[in-house]
Amino acid sequence: MPATAGSTSETAGYHVERSVSAATAATATSVVNYDDDIVRKFFIATAVWGVVGMLVGVIIALQLAWWPANLGLPWTTFGRLRPLHTNAVIFAFAGNICFTGIYYSMQRLLKTRMWSDALSSIHFWGWQLIIVSAAITYPLGLSQSREYAELIWPIDVAVTLIWVVFAVNFFGTLAIRKVKHIYVAIWFYMSFVITIAVLHIVNNLAVPATLLRSYPIYSGLTDALVQWWYGHNAVGFFLTTPFLGLMYYFLPKAADRPIYSYRLSIVHFWGLIFLYIWAGPHHLLYSGLPDWAQTLGMVFSIVLLAPSWGGMLNGLLTLKGAWHKLRTDPILKFMVVGVTFYGMSTFEGPMMSIRSVNGLAHFTNWVVGHVHSGALGWNGMLTFAVLYWLLPRLWNREVAYPKMVTQHFWLATIGIVIYTVSMWAAGLMEGLQWRAINETGQLANPIFIDIVHRLEPFYWLRLLGGVLYFIGAVMMLINVFKTIGGPERVTADDPAAVPAN
Amino acid sequence: MAENGMDHGSETKYGQWHRRVFEGNAALFAVGATIAILIGGIVEIVPMFTPAGPEHSEAITPYTPLEVAGRDIYISEGCYLCHSQWVRPMRAEILRYGPWSRAWEYQYDRPFQLGSRRIGPDLHRIGNKYPDAWHYEHMRDPRSTTPGSVMPPYPWLLNGRIDAADVRASVVALRKTGTPYSDAEIAGVEESLALQGGEIVSRLASAGIETAPDTKIVALIAYLQRLGVEGKAALQAEGAEY
Repeated sequence: MPATAGSTSETAGYHVERSVSAATAATATSVVNYDDDIVRKFFIATAVWGVVGMLVGVIIALQLAWWPANLGLPWTTFGRLRPLHTNAVIFAFAGNICFTGIYYSMQRLLKTRMWSDALSSIHFWGWQLIIVSAAITYPLGLSQSREYAELIWPIDVAVTLIWVVFAVNFFGTLAIRKVKHIYVAIWFYMSFVITIAVLHIVNNLAVPATLLRSYPIYSGLTDALVQWWYGHNAVGFFLTTPFLGLMYYFLPKAADRPIYSYRLSIVHFWGLIFLYIWAGPHHLLYSGLPDWAQTLGMVFSIVLLAPSWGGMLNGLLTLKGAWHKLRTDPILKFMVVGVTFYGMSTFEGPMMSIRSVNGLAHFTNWVVGHVHSGALGWNGMLTFAVLYWLLPRLWNREVAYPKMVTQHFWLATIGIVIYTVSMWAAGLMEGLQWRAINETGQLANPIFIDIVHRLEPFYWLRLLGGVLYFIGAVMMLINVFKTIGGPERVTADDPAAVPAN
Repeated sequence: MAENGMDHGSETKYGQWHRRVFEGNAALFAVGATIAILIGGIVEIVPMFTPAGPEHSEAITPYTPLEVAGRDIYISEGCYLCHSQWVRPMRAEILRYGPWSRAWEYQYDRPFQLGSRRIGPDLHRIGNKYPDAWHYEHMRDPRSTTPGSVMPPYPWLLNGRIDAADVRASVVALRKTGTPYSDAEIAGVEESLALQGGEIVSRLASAGIETAPDTKIVALIAYLQRLGVEGKAALQAEGAEY
């Protein structure tokens, strides 16, 4: 990790907004009253929902290792709690950090307050209400059972309305911006706002039967295709592009280095958003979906590796000359591990989209491991980094337990490794045992439940990994509340002014 | 490695036109991004509504009202999170489950329930594999039929009831989506429920199980027992080997 002697002086005065043209520097000095109250609200929501969503994950992991943990109640079975877990971590934990980061960074990047405080507030409370209604309806068995789009139709309508509120505020803020050039982070946010709207609406077109139940206008494999077009691009545009936006804002901030390559950010942005949308059918390889669609899904998934790694490299290379900071700065540790996991899971994903590899991996725990290397590794670690970076700035307080941040980092990292390795092993094992044929041409493992039992030790191991990760998140929550409850910084340090220039 | 960090943000030749035109104009940028994200979806989804899409077959009939009710229970309980309905065209899968799943077998499935995970076995060919009583006992206590099963018991299905008006609403909505139910079938929902439920109740009775035709378990059994049956029969009739 070389630190060149001249690096400090060379980079002095460089900031993310350096990409903003020099003409705007003058306006930056004028005082803008940023709305940080909304950022603080989304921040708290992220930290709290994260712990809730991960707790449900721990519970359903236990249920797979030890079925009595289903508790014998209708409301607590795996089938009802699993959507609660996935929706809580995706739409509540990851969703709220995206909004936290967007409301914080876009005001500063555009040198303006959000267009409408009222819309910001409606967005916040509406989104939290949607999460609460999901947490109530899923245990009651109210679900469309379309993966990652399980919400019943009235809640889907609410999501649409709140998303429109967010989009109006988002584009309204862009319209009143004081900076001409739009920084790369905002491109990624924009693709998030636009694409999620398109995906959500098209995927949820349905005919209501009652207030609580509806049927999609698509049937069979068309429904499957539409839903995986949505499902895979929920990964692409809910868990990837807004997070890349966060990376483009907060990584240079934390490293105090400009983004490695502006040119690379252009190429990988357009490459990523154009290619991602095609990848859905890789979830339906070896199904009755027309072959041409399966092949398109496979090919585009493999090509997707290029822009994905473009983003990863642009993130990691931004640390050029700042690698030494990794030793002491836990926030950078979180970021580097996060971006590295992004690279790993976006390598693994294209590989699993290859037809023959998919034949082995599909339906197994390998997919679960893959998803969690992305979710825990990329989304989770980047979220923690952004939260820890924002915590002292938003509340103008010193972090209450700075050592705990590093402890959290190690717990989470070890947890992810245990989680993904155990799931890879379990997935390979069950995939191979399902397909094994003996010398007489018959199934080598004809009794399905035998294979289920062999997975048990891996499920316990996975639970251990998940619990470590969960404990880390709880430590963060404690740290957050202790910090907020602590004394304000003595120095008159305007938090709004710090990142602005 | 053309750009080191120091050049970033300066007005390079490369950067000028799109910086000025595109990245400085939010509306134009949004339009460009929208076009970029629409292309793939349009190319893949639109042909699904043409002959290039999934095949259709006369061999598959719409779900009966009781099967619709059973399917609603399957959806409500999130069964798809542990059980796929998707036999892939692979030797081991055909040996384990039966003929691989054809596109047209799903033609009336709203929503689709292919699933993405096999914590338990695939169910697309479960129909007629076990007697009704097996399913009843399995839902009451999965370990009574499959020692060592990790599935939770579903005792509330044994006493829970389906509501005929609710089932009617489902069938009517399904017809609106394009499922070809006749007027007579819509008018006869209650009758159909009682008839098919009664058949299952009497089969269960002959195995010593007392239940009513409007219990949730009866509806679920009706649904499970038809899964893959028509498709398999059609495939056998046309002489497909698997």
